[in-house]
Amino acid sequence: MSARDQLLHEAAQRILVSDGAFGTQIQNRKLSEEDFAGDLGLKADQKGNNDILALTRPDVIADITRAYLEAGSDIVSTNTFSANVISQADYAAESLVRDINIASARIARELADEFAARDGKPRFVAGAIGPTNKTLSLSPQVEDPGYREITFDYLTGVYLDQADALVEGGADFILIETIFDTLNAKAGIMAVRQLSKKLGRDVPIMLSMTLTDLSGRNLSGHTVEAFWNAVRHANPVTIGLNCSFGADQLRPHVQHLSGVADTLLMVYPNAGLPNELGEYDEQPETTAGLVGEWADNGRVNIIGGCCGSTPDHIAAMAQRVEGVTPRTIPEKITKMRLAGLEPFTIAA
Amino acid sequence: MQPDTPKISEKNMTNTSTAANFVNIGERTNVTGSARFKKLIMGGDYATAVEVARQQVENGAQVIDINMDEGLLDAVEAMTTFLNLIAAEPDIARVPIMIDSSKWEVIEAGLKCVSGKPIVNSISMKEGEEQFLEQARKCRDYGAAVVVMAFDETGQADSKERKVEICERAYKVLTADGFAPEDIIFDPNIFAVATGIAEHDRYGLDFLEALTEIKARCPHAKTSGGLSNLSFSFRGNETVRRAMHSVFLYHAIPAGLDMAIVNAGQLDVYDTIDPTLRELCEDVILARHPDAAERLVDLAESYRDTSAREEKEAAEWRSLSVTKRLEYALVKGIDAHVVEDTEEARQSAARPIEVIEGPLMDGMNVVGDLFGSGKMFLPQVVKSARVMKKAVAHLIPFIEAEKEEGAKPKGRIIMATVKGDVHDIGKNIVGVVLQCNGYEVIDLGVMVPWSKILETAKQEQVDIIGLSGLITPSLDEMVTVAEEMQRLEMDIPLLIGGATTSRLHTALKIDTAYEGPVIHVLDASRAVGVASKLLSDTQKDALVHDTADEYQVMRDKRAGAKQSKLLSLEEARAKGFKADFAKKPSAPAKPGVHVFDNWDLADLVEVFDWTPFFRSWELAGNYPAILEDEIVGESARSLKADADAMLEQIISEKWLTAKAVCGFWPCKREGDDLRLDDGTLLPMLRQQVAKSRDRANYSLADFIDPAGDWIGGFGVGIHGIEPHLERFQADTDDYSDILLKALADRFAEALAERLHQHVRTDLWGYAPDEDLTNADLIRETYAGIRPAPGYPACPDHSLKPTLFDLLDAEGNAGLVLTESCAMLPTSAVSGMYFGHPDASYFGVARIGRDQLEDYAARRGMELSVAERWLRPNLD
Repeated sequence: MSARDQLLHEAAQRILVSDGAFGTQIQNRKLSEEDFAGDLGLKADQKGNNDILALTRPDVIADITRAYLEAGSDIVSTNTFSANVISQADYAAESLVRDINIASARIARELADEFAARDGKPRFVAGAIGPTNKTLSLSPQVEDPGYREITFDYLTGVYLDQADALVEGGADFILIETIFDTLNAKAGIMAVRQLSKKLGRDVPIMLSMTLTDLSGRNLSGHTVEAFWNAVRHANPVTIGLNCSFGADQLRPHVQHLSGVADTLLMVYPNAGLPNELGEYDEQPETTAGLVGEWADNGRVNIIGGCCGSTPDHIAAMAQRVEGVTPRTIPEKITKMRLAGLEPFTIAA
Repeated sequence: MQPDTPKISEKNMTNTSTAANFVNIGERTNVTGSARFKKLIMGGDYATAVEVARQQVENGAQVIDINMDEGLLDAVEAMTTFLNLIAAEPDIARVPIMIDSSKWEVIEAGLKCVSGKPIVNSISMKEGEEQFLEQARKCRDYGAAVVVMAFDETGQADSKERKVEICERAYKVLTADGFAPEDIIFDPNIFAVATGIAEHDRYGLDFLEALTEIKARCPHAKTSGGLSNLSFSFRGNETVRRAMHSVFLYHAIPAGLDMAIVNAGQLDVYDTIDPTLRELCEDVILARHPDAAERLVDLAESYRDTSAREEKEAAEWRSLSVTKRLEYALVKGIDAHVVEDTEEARQSAARPIEVIEGPLMDGMNVVGDLFGSGKMFLPQVVKSARVMKKAVAHLIPFIEAEKEEGAKPKGRIIMATVKGDVHDIGKNIVGVVLQCNGYEVIDLGVMVPWSKILETAKQEQVDIIGLSGLITPSLDEMVTVAEEMQRLEMDIPLLIGGATTSRLHTALKIDTAYEGPVIHVLDASRAVGVASKLLSDTQKDALVHDTADEYQVMRDKRAGAKQSKLLSLEEARAKGFKADFAKKPSAPAKPGVHVFDNWDLADLVEVFDWTPFFRSWELAGNYPAILEDEIVGESARSLKADADAMLEQIISEKWLTAKAVCGFWPCKREGDDLRLDDGTLLPMLRQQVAKSRDRANYSLADFIDPAGDWIGGFGVGIHGIEPHLERFQADTDDYSDILLKALADRFAEALAERLHQHVRTDLWGYAPDEDLTNADLIRETYAGIRPAPGYPACPDHSLKPTLFDLLDAEGNAGLVLTESCAMLPTSAVSGMYFGHPDASYFGVARIGRDQLEDYAARRGMELSVAERWLRPNLD
C-alpha cells in the first residue's frame, strides 16, 4: 500500500497524532556553539541553526524524535523547517542543504521504522518544508508595492531541491507548513509536482496554513476557504492549520475548514499564546482538552503541537483522543471553486 | 459550501463563501477593449490603472479579466507589474483574476503572480492536441481553471455543430488526462451579428444553441463569452450596443451561459429597453427575420441622439407642494417621481440632511402610524420603503459631499439567515420594516456562519442581532450562535425569528445558552416594538425581565409537566397501522425516472394555493375570501393585482423555468425500513407517544407491503430567479424582490401538486379517472400522499441526499442541497410518493432514546449525528 493509502486507512480507524515542537526542545538542551558547528568548518556562527544539528548532533534530533514517538506520535516530522538555500544563507551553510535534509529524514525514518516494528502500528515521516522568510505576494518595500524580492521560479527551485533530498532520505510525505503566503505554497506544490514527475510516482503533499489574524486570514490575506480553493490542485493528503495562535483562537477556523475540505484535516496549534516573557506556558492537559473538543466534534483527523508544545503535550493529546471517532471526510461536491482573497464558488 | 446568489458587490455582503449563478467578469482592465486602460498602461500610469480595477469590483465584477496584449507593450512585464500591484489591494484582490492573453508566455507570467485560484483565458487546440494538453497540464500545476476557446487546427468554430464538436473533443482530451471537469470553461465564440453579411445572421443563435448542447455533453464544465464582439457593427452607438448585450444575456443565461465578460456598470434592465428596440435586437440575435439586421441598423440611427422623452401628463397629485408630494409618494408607494421631488426638496433645504429629517421622515412616520394602527399592511409598507430608499440614495452623495453626519439611526441591527439555510423572505420583510422605522440594518444575507455574524457584530458595534431560519437544522445553528455569543461574553440582545422557530424552542434551547436577552419575535409587525423597547433606557429592563420570566415559566412548566407517555419502540411497532394490502395500488404504468425540464408556467398558475402567499405577507385569511375581507381586503386586492401583473411578465418573458423529476422504484417493507430492490435503504420513524387504545402508532413504513410494493420520489425546483432579484436589488426594490420570491415559492408548490396529479393519473396511473378541482387538490382529497424528508411524517432532513441520488435530482432538475439539507434553488419541493389509499399524513412527534439508537443503527449513522438531525423530535 502506498503511504497515502496507508495514512488514509489508519486515519479512517482513529484520530492520529503527529509530533510537537523541535525548537523549544532544542533550546532546553542549552547547546553550545561547538555543538551546533561541529567540525564542518563553516564561515559563520551556527548557534541557532537548529536544522544543522542533523549533521553535527544527530543524537539530539534522534532523542527528541524518539520522545515524541514514545509519547504516541503516529507521524513524526523532519527537523528541516529552515533547511533551504534561502534560510541557510544566513549561516553560510547553503552548500549543506541537501545533506541536512537527507540526514534529518533518515533519522526520522529509522526511528519511525523502529517503533513500527515494535508494535506493528505504522509510523509516518513528514518531510517538513518551511515558508522561508521571503514572500512572493508582498513587497518588502513600502514605497514600491509592485516589487518582489524573489521570483516564483526561484522559490520553486529552492523547494524542489529540499523536497528531493527529503524524499531521498525516506520521507513519506512533503509537509509544506506554516504557510503565511499562499503563493509561496503554490510554488511548493509546483516543486513537489515536478518531483513527482521526475520520480514517476506520487509524492503526497500535506499542507498547513498559518493564520496571522483572528479573523482567519494568513499574511497574504486568504481566508481558510479561499486557501483551500487555491491549493486543491495539489490533491493534498492532509490540509490544515498550524502555529498561528493557541487552540482556543483557532477553533472557528478549524471548524470552517473541516466543513469544506474533502481530505484529511490536520491541526497542530501552539501551546497557547506566549506570556509576557514570550514563553508558552499552556499546560499539556489544557491544550489536549482544547484539541480534544475538536476531536469530539468530528472536526479533525490528525492533531499535534507547534511552538511551545512538548512530548508531554503530545502524550496528553494522544491519551485524550484515544477511542474518539475520527472526522468523516466530507463527500466531494463537484463545483468550480475559484478564489481571490475570498473564496468564489460557482454553483454546479 | 453551497450556492447563493451573487451579492458580493453589496456593502456588508461579504459572505465567507460567496457563490454565484451567473458571473460578471469585469472587462475594463483590458488594453484591447478599453482605450482608457490602454492609455494608462502605455503611459506607465499604473496607479490610475489600479483604480480602474477597483471600480470594476465596486461595480459588481465578480472576476476581473486582465489583458495586456498590445503590440507596442512588453506584455509579460506589464502583466507581472499590474498583477503584483493589485495583489497589494485587498479590495481588488478579494475577487478571482482572469489572466487573459493569446500568448502563452504572458499567461504563464501571470500564473506566477496570482496567489488565489485564477482562470486562464484562454487555451485551445489551435496548434493541435499536444500543445493544448501541455498548456492545460501547466495550468493544473499552477492551480488554475481554464477557458477553452472553440478553436481547432482548422480554425475558429462558427456554426453550432463546429462549436459543439470542438468543445466536446477538448473536454474528452482534458478529462482523459485527469483534468478536473469543473475547472473547464468553454468559450464557444460570440461573433458580430448584423454585419450586413448574410452568413453572419445565425451567429447569435448558433452560440445560444451550442451552449445548451455543450452543457449537456460536458458535465460540470462551464461556459463563458465576451459580449462586446456581438455588437461590433454598432460601434459608437452605446444605446443599441447595451440593448443588444442585455437582450443577448437574457437569452443566453437560461440557455446555459455561466459567465460573461461584460462592463458590469453598463447593462440595461431587459424590461426597461424600448420595446421596439428590444424586439429588433431579439429579431437579430435569434435570427427571426431575414431583414432583421437591416431594420435594426435603420432604427439605430434614431438612437444616435437620444434625448429624454417627454414625461407623461402629470397626475393630479403632482400639483401638490413638494412636501405633500413626497408624503403621498411614500404612503402610496409610488416611486416614479421620487428622485425629482427629492431633488426639488433638496434645493429648497438649507442642507440635504434636512430633506431626510424633514419631509421624508414625516412621510415615513405617517406610514409607520398607518401600519401601527392596522390601516396599512406589509405589502404597502415594503413599497413605501422602496420609495424611501430611492430618495435617500439620491441624497447620500450630497450629504457625503458636505461631510456631515447622516441622520443618526435609532439603532444598528444585524439580520442574518443562519448557516445552512437559504430562506430569506421573512428576514427581508423584517429588515425592511425596521429600516422604515429608522433602524440601520446590516443584512448579512443567507447561509451566514456564526463567526461572520459575531465578527460583524463586534466590528460594527451593533445593538441587536436578529437570526432567521426556515428549516429545522437552523434551530441548532441558532443555539450555536447563542453559545458563541456567551463564549465571547457578549450582552447585546438576540432576536429569533423564522417559520421553524418557536417561543418554546427559544425558551428551552436558545435562552438557556446565552445570558444576554433572547427574544422570539413572532412576525415583522412585532419587530419594531421589540427593537424600540430593547434600545430604550426606560423600557428595556421591563421587556427583558418579563421575557426572561415568561421563558422561565415555560421551562418550569415543561420540566414539571408530565409529558405524554412514550411506548417502548417494540410496543409502538406492535401498535403500527395495519394496512390492507389488497387495496395497494398497481405497479406503475411507467416505471423509472421521468424528467420535465420546462413545465408550462401558465398551467401551474391554475393550481396556485394563494392562501400561504397572503400569509407570507402577514395578511391573515383564506383565499379568495380574503379579497373581500373588511379589514385587509383592499390591501390583499392590491397585492393580488401586483402579483398578477408580475405573473404575466414571468410567464410571457420566461423569467423562471420550472423543472421536475420523479421516479418509481419497486421496494419492500422490512420492519420500519423501506428497502428498494436496488438495495437503497430508506429507514422510517414511528410515532411513539402512547395513544388511546384503538389509534395506531404510524410509520410511513406501514403503507408499504412487505411482500413487495412500489414507492415514488420527486423533486421540483423553480430556476432562473437570480438575475431578476439582482435587478430588483440594484434598483433598491425590496417589494418586487419579495414578491418574486413569494411567487416562485407558489410555483414550486403548484408544480409539486401538478406533478403528483400527473403521477396519479398517468405515470403511476392508479387513479386514471381522477377529476378534481383546485379546491379539492388543496384539500388533498385524492388517494396517496407525498411526505417530504424534514417534515412531520419523516422528520430526518438527511434522507434527502438519498432521495436526490435516486432521482439524480441535481442532474435532472438542477436541485442541490446545503449542508443542512436545505434545497437550492430556494423555491423547491421534494418528497416521496406513497400510493396506498389509506396512506395519510401524520406527525412522528416525540420519540424515545430506544428508537433514536435503533434508527441511528439502521441509518448507519453516528448516534450524535442522528441526534442532531432529530433533535426537534427528542426531548
